[in-house]
Amino acid sequence: MAVLSTSERGPAAVGLVIAVLLALFLLIPVLKVVYVAFLDANTGELTLINFQDFFASSLFRESFYNSLYVAAMSVVFASLIALPLAYFTTRFNFSGAIIIQTLGIIPLIMPPFVGAVAMKLLFGSNGSVNLLLEEYFGIVIPFMEGLNGVILVESIHYFPFILINLSAALINIDRSMEESAQNLGSHGFRMFRRIVFPLAMPGFLAGAALVFIKVFDDLGTPLLLDVNKMLAPQAYLRITSIGISDPMGYVISVILIAFSLLSLYVSLMAMRGKDYATAQKGGGGLSKRDLKPWEKVATYALVLFILVIVLSPHLGLLLLSFGTVWSFAVLPDGYTFEHYFKVASEASQYITNTLLYAGIAALFDVILGTAIAYIVFRTKLMGRKWLDYGATMALAVPGVVLGIGYLRTFYTVNVPFVDQPLATWWVIIVIALTVRRLPYALRSCVAAIQQVSVMLEEAAENLGATKGRTVMRIVVPLMSGGILAGFVTSFATASVELSATIMLVSRESDAPLAFGIYEFMQSASGRGPGAALGMIAVVLVGLGTYFSHKIIERTEKRRSSDRPVNEEARA
Amino acid sequence: MKLLTSCSKLMMGAVIAALVLPFGFARAVDGTLTIVTSYPPATTTTFKKAFEKKFPGVKVEMLKKKTTAGIKYLQETSSNNKSDMFWASAPDAFEVLKGDNLLVRYDVKVKGIPEKVGSFPVNDPDGYYKGFAASGYGIMWNTRYLKAKKLPVATEWAHLKNPIYQGHVGMSAPSRSGTTHLTVETLIQGLGWDKGWAEWKAIAGNFKTITARSFGVPDGVNSGQFGLGIVIDFFGLSSKASGFPVDYSYPKLTTLVPANIAIVKNAPNAKAAAAFIEFLMSTQGQELLLDPKIRRLPVNPATYAKAPEGFPNPFKDSSIGAAVKFDLGLSKSRYNVVNSLFDVMITYRIDELRAAVKAVQDAKAAMAGKSNEDAAKLIDEAEALINKMPITETKASEKDFASIFKKKRKKASTKITGRQAEVEGGWDSMVKVNYAKAVELANKAKSML
Repeated sequence: MAVLSTSERGPAAVGLVIAVLLALFLLIPVLKVVYVAFLDANTGELTLINFQDFFASSLFRESFYNSLYVAAMSVVFASLIALPLAYFTTRFNFSGAIIIQTLGIIPLIMPPFVGAVAMKLLFGSNGSVNLLLEEYFGIVIPFMEGLNGVILVESIHYFPFILINLSAALINIDRSMEESAQNLGSHGFRMFRRIVFPLAMPGFLAGAALVFIKVFDDLGTPLLLDVNKMLAPQAYLRITSIGISDPMGYVISVILIAFSLLSLYVSLMAMRGKDYATAQKGGGGLSKRDLKPWEKVATYALVLFILVIVLSPHLGLLLLSFGTVWSFAVLPDGYTFEHYFKVASEASQYITNTLLYAGIAALFDVILGTAIAYIVFRTKLMGRKWLDYGATMALAVPGVVLGIGYLRTFYTVNVPFVDQPLATWWVIIVIALTVRRLPYALRSCVAAIQQVSVMLEEAAENLGATKGRTVMRIVVPLMSGGILAGFVTSFATASVELSATIMLVSRESDAPLAFGIYEFMQSASGRGPGAALGMIAVVLVGLGTYFSHKIIERTEKRRSSDRPVNEEARA
Repeated sequence: MKLLTSCSKLMMGAVIAALVLPFGFARAVDGTLTIVTSYPPATTTTFKKAFEKKFPGVKVEMLKKKTTAGIKYLQETSSNNKSDMFWASAPDAFEVLKGDNLLVRYDVKVKGIPEKVGSFPVNDPDGYYKGFAASGYGIMWNTRYLKAKKLPVATEWAHLKNPIYQGHVGMSAPSRSGTTHLTVETLIQGLGWDKGWAEWKAIAGNFKTITARSFGVPDGVNSGQFGLGIVIDFFGLSSKASGFPVDYSYPKLTTLVPANIAIVKNAPNAKAAAAFIEFLMSTQGQELLLDPKIRRLPVNPATYAKAPEGFPNPFKDSSIGAAVKFDLGLSKSRYNVVNSLFDVMITYRIDELRAAVKAVQDAKAAMAGKSNEDAAKLIDEAEALINKMPITETKASEKDFASIFKKKRKKASTKITGRQAEVEGGWDSMVKVNYAKAVELANKAKSML
């Protein structure tokens, strides 16, 4: 190994610590799970027989196809929702674009299983919509039956990933490309199909890959809709009902990870293309134009229609949280505040726990994210890219797999002083959340550091500041907008996480919100309070998202007003 | 207390966030009672509050685990046990713990609790675990739903086979809940292996869904996703008490089983544990079971005097849970095999099974009032194909065979031939082909009429 210069020693030590943490809390637990898939349960020898059993079983093959089908169809439907929203808000002068962009992200901050409960009440075969349809038209539409239901709930929940990435890509498209196309006689839909959409493709693909992975791995939604012929539920059901030593659960985990890695790889390739596209930027983003009156009406109608569908889980949850009894009826029988009082008196620990867990996790995420971003973009350390890849890999690991991995790895590790296994201590939940949400914070931090000019750091160092001082006084303050955005994304998504925490919560007093909602929803008298708790989570996290938007907007403004100075410095 | 824990936790969080080495919780106050339980918060918080009020020095900590996970937890932590009690429904779970020598004997001081409820002894004859409530399986239904769809109420298992209930019934899988397992086993023991399974398949042919969680069934009936559900009594009774338009009834063929509690071996706070058992059996504890959120059948007959009208009383109404003599040993010997058979034949092949049962129902309807020997023969063949079992009753209880489905190899040297996934794969292919063929035969019969 090459001798490190003095200035690289600090970052190298930090990098090493991060690498060790990633190995300990991501790589080793996952490898433990993967390893079991290759063991003969009867003899304990290494074998491929479990994979043979998997592909020999028609049930598992069908589950595999169903998971692929649902993930692919969810991408299609999520695109149908996201495409118009992204296109209209970025291409046209459209009042309320920010509201649409914010409302469009709200589905992400509700645990998908809570959405499934609400959607069942509205769109189920005896839900509000079908009861009305049956009464007036004598028909019933199976929105929520079997795989259809999973696709509907998943695409409504995850389309924001496409919306965010696609909007960013559309904004970044070079106006000169569009103008050239117009000069050559292209316009309207043809121009969108041949020029605009292909240019936005990398962003779209990045979002689509995320949706694919998330849907492919999701456990809560199919479980709540009683669809068990899919991979994630099969893994969960095998492990929880047959036992933690059944190899099939682990084989399924390996297949889940492999497919997620594959789609992540595809999206990474696409992201590379995106870098290339934005490198030769001419002037500004896409030109925005005004809509003709009738176009405006049609557009508003379409956008409104989409928003109503997208926000229907929240509407259902709201009704449920205020409703007394809601049974085989279009609307609840009566309304009350009782559920909220009950939650306030009995369930406050879920809220404090969530704020604490998600807060610590998000804090660690931005610290790790900033450190990794700095090491990757500001040092020449060997293998620095692998820190990025390693942290990003967490995206490809389903929550259940990480949960099982932790149970297997840390059950025998006793924490001194507390005197209990690490796997049952509440800190393990924080660790799981930190690892699972690190990729989100990391992306924000990477984006932020790329916008900070190296020259400023060089100037600081020329003036005699040490490396550490430069990072603390120059780099981090300049990245603050991105770091905050990363904090809020991690915090918001961590506070509704269930799939890993459901495996790791060992006592009620340690349980976070999503778990509390799940628990409440397991008894007849708890449905209302569970919904009230869900509404509180939505509002809490919604406010967080709103403020993050505000902060980002403000820093954007500041940055753009700073720009002339930068430009001069460069000249 | 709650405030105190969240405060100390917040402090801990601050400490960790500051990246200082954690110096740990203050040692638990004397008098913490740790209970491993499978019960929902409605039950646990009610008892926790009442008990802490009565014994202000004791703090109750509930460790929530699914029954199977609870067993595993106690097994794995036995060398360094931190739990005082195990509190769950299924008696077989306590049998497992007793067999592993993880429980201690305890003699209840409270008087007035009878020996038996239904045909089941209330307490473990060996004195390790104690029944504190009884529960049995039955049918719950949504009154609005049945009225809107003009369906009659079903009160016996056999009623659920009626084609009019096609797509209106819900149930959970026995591999998902210990009590559902008991129902499946009860019917099989009551009718015999082949007939019992045939009955289940005929009922399952009318299923709208098989829920992955046991609470999914009452939830579905309450919200009107389906009209009837096969559920444990307290789900039905507590739903009714919460105001949902539902009702509940026990069929003749049901087993009343005690829900139990036991003290764990080497319990750190055995004194408080004993106090909790006494509290549970006391008049006050038994009356808490009647709470609208809980609604379990008390084991003390005197408590029923306080029960709301229409509340079932197994000590008066001797028809509840008396028809079968439940054989716990037989159930234990084939526990996992029965679960696996149900999942392979019914849960995971529900679409195929539904299609086959519906085809037979349709053919039979077409047959009504006509006589056609060939068609009748085809229908019989189709039914036989649906009902064909991959293994016999003897095989299911065979030690070597059942051990393939065992959760854990006891020793590394134990050799087991055959893998569960392999065996299940074989059953699955057979069942799938048979169901498809049954559809074919039934359709052929129908076309002849």
